[in-house]
Amino acid sequence: MASEITSQEYIIHHLTNATMCTTDSGIAFNKACADAGFWTWHIDTLGWSIGLGILFLWFFRSIAKKATSGVPSKTQAFIEMVVDFVDSNVRDTFHGKNKLIAPLGLTIFVWVFLMNLMDLVPVDLLPWIAGQIGYVGFGVDPHDVYMKVVPTTDLNMTFALALGVFFLIIFYSIKVKGIGGFMKELTFQPFNHWAFIPVNFILETVTLLAKPMSLALRLFGNLYAGELIFILMAMLGLWQLPLHFPWAVFHILVIVLQAFIFMMLTVVYLSMAHEDH
Amino acid sequence: MNINATLIGQLIAFAVFVLFCMKFVWPPIMAAIEERQKKIADGLAASDRAEKDLQIAQEKAKEQLKEAKYQAADIIEQAKKRAAQIVDQETERAHQEREKIIASGHTEIEAERNRAKEELRKQVAVLAVAGAEKILARQIDAAAQSDIVEKLVAEL
Repeated sequence: MASEITSQEYIIHHLTNATMCTTDSGIAFNKACADAGFWTWHIDTLGWSIGLGILFLWFFRSIAKKATSGVPSKTQAFIEMVVDFVDSNVRDTFHGKNKLIAPLGLTIFVWVFLMNLMDLVPVDLLPWIAGQIGYVGFGVDPHDVYMKVVPTTDLNMTFALALGVFFLIIFYSIKVKGIGGFMKELTFQPFNHWAFIPVNFILETVTLLAKPMSLALRLFGNLYAGELIFILMAMLGLWQLPLHFPWAVFHILVIVLQAFIFMMLTVVYLSMAHEDH
Repeated sequence: MNINATLIGQLIAFAVFVLFCMKFVWPPIMAAIEERQKKIADGLAASDRAEKDLQIAQEKAKEQLKEAKYQAADIIEQAKKRAAQIVDQETERAHQEREKIIASGHTEIEAERNRAKEELRKQVAVLAVAGAEKILARQIDAAAQSDIVEKLVAEL
């Protein structure tokens, strides 16, 4: 296919999500959804992320069900290592009592890691398979079948995670300090004087909103850039082979690090929400 | 690239995953880890206790051994004393026995000698009488001089 399309088209094709929407004439896909507005679903992002999430939970659940306190199997030892890693990080940062934060950290860490890991699958492989399936099964031009494999390169995905964390920050802020305490935190910091209330409010609101924004954009930016570089390399013909390898090796670090940072910052933000000034 | 309904779907998925993880994944794994930690801690404590017990037992055994040694030495001492006593007693008794035997021997010898002396005395009297008879056969008869001979014999 690549010979028939320009590089710009190739890149755009790779960076476009498979979309689904409901129109007057029923369910429509991709280009038919161009002006569907908000009610458009990125089915590839949803499919891959939920699939990976279920894979993660199924794997961990199957081990958790037969978890023994005696001699663990090797798989159990691995799972325990991951759980213990998250748990010790949460314990170091968060000193209160909260049953949610540690499992939340584990879910974020493993789920984001798995989604990032899709970045290491050769960029053309899954879209090509999807194209062939679309061509053979549904008679669609393969170039009209979109498949963006890495869910964390979709802003919807990263913002969903960040918004989830943001809701929890607000929930725990109000739960721990009460609405009055939360409002006070927004208006009497950093300058503890009533005359500064508007200034404080602006500053603190920016601080509060910056948390989910930075969470979402950091993860998205890192993975999007990484994916883009893989795509650019894929257009170099034979030269891509020696280039893909070092970038993939480097990317192993990036995907783990971004998952870890997302988890760690979530824990830090939530422990900040628990602090009473 | 634009924000759309996917966000809502992902939010719901995120919430469900976190809840599932919190309810069904985290607790059993954590429980297993904590139970194992407790087991290990208990095991370590038990081994500590056992070591202490062993030390105490060893000390006790050492003490008992020492005591037994003392007792053994005591018993040997007593036995030696008793043995010496027995030997002394036996020696004493043997001495006495010997003295007795020697004494009885002496009396026997004395008696024998007296008897022999008596015999000898009688025979000498007879011999003297016979000798005197022979000497005096011609002059006197034995009966007339017998009182002299008797006197002679008595002086012997």
